[in-house]
Amino acid sequence: MSNTVIFTALASGVIVWFLIASRLTAKSWESQDEKGDVGAIHTAPERIGLWIFMAVVTSLFSLFISAYAMRMHVGAWCHITIPNILWVNSLVLVAASIAMQRARWAADHGSRSGARAALVMGGMLSVAFLAGQLVAWQQVGPSVYFISGSPAIAFFYVLSAAHGLHLIGGLWVLGRTVSRFAAGAELVDLRLSLQLCSVYWHFLLLVWLVVFGVLLYL
Amino acid sequence: MAYVAIADRDAPIHDPHTFFLKYIWSQDHKVIAIQYAIVAISVGLVALVLSGLMRLQLGFPGTFHFIEPQDYYQFITMHGMIMVIYLLTALFLGGFGNYLIPLMCGARDMVFPYMNMLSFWVYLLAVLVLMASFFVPGGPTGAGWTLYPPQAITQGTPGAGLGIILMLISLGIFIVAFTMGGLNYVTTVLQARCRGMTLMRMPLSVWGIFMATILGLLAFPALLVSAVMMTLDSTLGTSFFMPAVMSLGEKLGHNGGSPLLFQHLFWFFGHPEVYIVALPAFGIVSDLLSTHARKNIFGYRMMVWAIIAIGGLSFVVWAHHMYVSGMNPYFGFFFATTTLIIAIPTAIKVYNWVLTLWKGDIHLTVPMMFAIGFIFTFIHGGLTGLFLGNVTVDLPLSDTYFVVAHFHMVMGVSPILVVFGAIYHWFPKITGRMWNQKLGMVHFWMTFLGTYAIYLPMHYLGILGVPRRYYALGNTDFIPDSVHSINAAITISALIVAAAQLVFLFNMIMSLRKGEKAPPNPWRATTLEWQTPDTPPKHGNWGPKLPVVHRWAYDYSVPGAKEDFIPQNEPVDPKLGAGRDHGTHR
Amino acid sequence: MAIAVVLVLLVVGSVIFHFMSPWWFTPIASNWGTMDDTVILTFWVTGIVFVVVNLFLAWSVMRYRHRKGQKADYEPENKKLEWWLTGITTVGVAAMLAPGLFVWGKFVVVPKEATIVEAVGQQWHWSFRLPGQNGELGFTDESLITPDNPFGVDPADPNGLDDILIASPELHLPIGKPVKVLLRSKDVLHNFTVTQFRVKMDIVPGMITYLWLTPTVIGEYELMCEELCGLAHFAMRGRVVVDSQEAYDTWLTSQSTFSQTQALAAADPAAGATQYAVCMACHGPAGEGNQALNAPRIAGQSAWYLQRQLNNFRAGVRGAHEQDTFGAQMRAFAAMLPDDTAIRNVAAHIASLPGSMAQSTVTGDVNRGKTLYSNCVACHGASAQGIWALNAPRLAQMSDWYLERQLNNFRSGIRGAHRQDYYGRQMAFMADVLADERAIDDLISYINTLKPEDNQVLASRRGF
Repeated sequence: MSNTVIFTALASGVIVWFLIASRLTAKSWESQDEKGDVGAIHTAPERIGLWIFMAVVTSLFSLFISAYAMRMHVGAWCHITIPNILWVNSLVLVAASIAMQRARWAADHGSRSGARAALVMGGMLSVAFLAGQLVAWQQVGPSVYFISGSPAIAFFYVLSAAHGLHLIGGLWVLGRTVSRFAAGAELVDLRLSLQLCSVYWHFLLLVWLVVFGVLLYL
Repeated sequence: MAYVAIADRDAPIHDPHTFFLKYIWSQDHKVIAIQYAIVAISVGLVALVLSGLMRLQLGFPGTFHFIEPQDYYQFITMHGMIMVIYLLTALFLGGFGNYLIPLMCGARDMVFPYMNMLSFWVYLLAVLVLMASFFVPGGPTGAGWTLYPPQAITQGTPGAGLGIILMLISLGIFIVAFTMGGLNYVTTVLQARCRGMTLMRMPLSVWGIFMATILGLLAFPALLVSAVMMTLDSTLGTSFFMPAVMSLGEKLGHNGGSPLLFQHLFWFFGHPEVYIVALPAFGIVSDLLSTHARKNIFGYRMMVWAIIAIGGLSFVVWAHHMYVSGMNPYFGFFFATTTLIIAIPTAIKVYNWVLTLWKGDIHLTVPMMFAIGFIFTFIHGGLTGLFLGNVTVDLPLSDTYFVVAHFHMVMGVSPILVVFGAIYHWFPKITGRMWNQKLGMVHFWMTFLGTYAIYLPMHYLGILGVPRRYYALGNTDFIPDSVHSINAAITISALIVAAAQLVFLFNMIMSLRKGEKAPPNPWRATTLEWQTPDTPPKHGNWGPKLPVVHRWAYDYSVPGAKEDFIPQNEPVDPKLGAGRDHGTHR
Repeated sequence: MAIAVVLVLLVVGSVIFHFMSPWWFTPIASNWGTMDDTVILTFWVTGIVFVVVNLFLAWSVMRYRHRKGQKADYEPENKKLEWWLTGITTVGVAAMLAPGLFVWGKFVVVPKEATIVEAVGQQWHWSFRLPGQNGELGFTDESLITPDNPFGVDPADPNGLDDILIASPELHLPIGKPVKVLLRSKDVLHNFTVTQFRVKMDIVPGMITYLWLTPTVIGEYELMCEELCGLAHFAMRGRVVVDSQEAYDTWLTSQSTFSQTQALAAADPAAGATQYAVCMACHGPAGEGNQALNAPRIAGQSAWYLQRQLNNFRAGVRGAHEQDTFGAQMRAFAAMLPDDTAIRNVAAHIASLPGSMAQSTVTGDVNRGKTLYSNCVACHGASAQGIWALNAPRLAQMSDWYLERQLNNFRSGIRGAHRQDYYGRQMAFMADVLADERAIDDLISYINTLKPEDNQVLASRRGF
């Protein structure tokens, strides 16, 4: 549980920092002016929402990894042989992340077609990643027996499935953005979606690399 | 740059006209709040009936033969889970959170109304899945609300087949619903406050709900993780939590799993869950006390800091539920210390509530009665927490009725008293009608005195050593006959308390139909929700113009002011302005 | 106004209740008096806070209740007061925490001279294992558990050979000697609690947990499971007897070791056949039973169960109740079996008899019986074939009139009330679930419809 405690400590740290930055020591009964600034962060609520959601997902994965680390020391544990395709998948996901970043840059520079192409590219690479994960599933164990046989393999399935589901959720948002492109939305209106998509993809890449690292080295 | 509140952006507010879109598939936070509240209270009534049934068995063992051991264990399990998750969590955050956050912050709605609506429907789905487990073969799970493996998923426990699976699925769905709602509550508080509403001007209700939501967002994933892994252990035969065990004489295929791992995950969620319920109650009761005592909440800053400190500490105390679980006993030193430290900010809150009443102008309205009742029960429940949090003292008392009494006082009775106080307090705003004062008082006295009669003796049964979760005590050497008599008395109190809730329902329903028309601000309160142009507030809350806040939420009985309250959105009176004496001692 | 008065009354009432309560600690029987002291210290500290804060609350409500012209004070905060209160609270908390941690420090460290006892929890029974001369317990493994080796002791481990096995749920401890109780579970979570000892600990499958204590008072104490462990959790009882050293030594020498139980010659059904001549008169040549003589069918019943009951009859654990006339009859016959070997042989013989399905004589509502049977299924099995590991005998196809009589006996305390009849006591707990004669009839009529597969019956008879 220690890494989860560290994570929640960090999260609490961020919250406390934010609160202190919001002048939590103010004696609010002493001033009665109409304050223009209420300490809200000047950004889109969607961005705040995404960051909070990523905190929730981080909590989820750090708990899974805590469980992995604790379970490892208990008994009947044998390490998983990592299928080589996971290295390829990781590269594909890195490429997807780069593509999402390119889409964001293109949008910042006003290139509608460039943004759209990079976005679609990112989506396709992500689908390729998911397909690769399915192949890895096949290689790790062709039958349910392997899930029950070794906890490490079961953890591999659970962690990769959880990660894959989050990626599918991202793809749904990405699909909506692509369809807004198709419907002819202004690039200015799409910039926020592109930014959030790229942030989320980088985040999921990070999560995957951590998960992969755990499977490799723990 | 002039600050433009999110809710005032140009985008047209969703404004439906059909009945279906207005009241069913609604994106209005107030309608969603009421939907949440109705479902939560309905499912809470189911849990209330279950508790009555289980008390019948305990009070009069061998009399009600239709309650068999499996039924009894299913009743206690479903009672606990429904009350903690599907009633209290959903009602405080989905109900009060939804209703109060936008109104108290001066927003038109939540920042993501569509997701907010989905949150309710997904919650309803979770409730339906849970209720479905009553009708599957084998019935709902009877593993105790803690759902400890291995017994939760091995034969020999009622509902070890479909019942537990449906429970885990329902919890998973609930967590999805909660996350959707929670993102809304936090983002709305951060982003959609109206002009002038700084964090330190927010009413404590919003603070409590805000912090509880953050705890929920970080803690519920632990329940999700354990639910997913237990589902796999049960259906695919994995060994996350399941060691090599026998089940009813047969060897199961699991190997090497750790039941303690589940307990760590469960309580990593389960302890913050206590505060997910308690913090909104703390916040709301602060506002009730302040409003009805016509006095500012005492030590507002300390109250805010205490909420934050309790929230932070609640993540490092979870293993105090596991002192006798067989975990490394050396952990006991750490967790006993952190647990008793958390008592300090909690105690500060209690002192400040009492000091708010001190030198006040106390109107003994029904909400105030419930608030005072809360202080009493919470002091009682909080103090017995010091027994169980201290590892050595916990040892003789854990798994006895002392524990049952403690957590019902602190997590059952206390928050529920706040829920009732809050309903009586905000009912005029929500419905535009007043309720019957006399019936409200009857409801209060029966509930307050009845619950104390239930739980006070239980502490002493626990000290005697009467174990919890026993279908029947039978003939046990150290348990005298007087225990059976007091158990019968407790059951009668419980039935009276249950009947009192019918008074409440009757009062609410009758008042809704025939109650006197409520003035916009019957309690003469300062906070924004009482300053809306319409009662009940219309969609969009504020009419054409958002309110602007000029002061904190507790300007009651300000020296020199005309009235004994100054609403938050009242502009500064230059005569009172900067030069007034604040009465602070430094 | 009323609320202030009620608050005062509640405070006074709670304090009076506290001092007058007939429910208080059981007299302590171990060295953990310090635990009681920490509880009492906590009572004093919290009790003072409870009284002071609530009386102040009541006084405030009374003094500052709304009256005409009254105006509240305006005081946003009072730092000095708040810091004082925080400081006092911290001191109070520390005053409770420090002694608690000190005592916990003693609990965590087991004294070197402590002897070892292993308590084994299983659904819904207790058994115990003590190390032999060498003071060490042998290695165990769940996969080694068989009817002949119910503890799963590894025969290859020399440390295990002299382990003393106590299959019944009664443990004896010598007075004044510190003992470390190792806790092991075969199936689910359990908890080892003797209220009079104060200490308790969960039993977790897959790991060994422990607690330690020194018994200080001679006597018999109820051993309870306090971690929900399934349907019959409340009926999982045992007994811990604290003996003088001499009594303990006598008890210990009468127990058998692992190697002794392993060395027992296999039961000889052929030898048992001769002994069976006595039984035949009533129970019939094929063990089919005879209702006219009040003799139930015994053919097809498991040998381990027959052995236990014969032993119980012989020892007066069963059949000694004054109203148990048929049991008294059986006691006389059981006494004719000279020793354990004879009992084992005759039981083995009976278990091998083919027998035939007993006639059904009870009629009732089968569907209702099926619902009722859900309370029995965990132990007796889906087809009522009996499960050795749960100490539950076969019910299916046995004499139904006999089942009825025994259920009535359990319910009325004729059977299962003897202090040594541990398994009977458990059944008495469960039989209380049945409302009346009709419920019994319904239940039995359902059992009459059950037909265990041959392999199930065999497994149960062999003890799997």
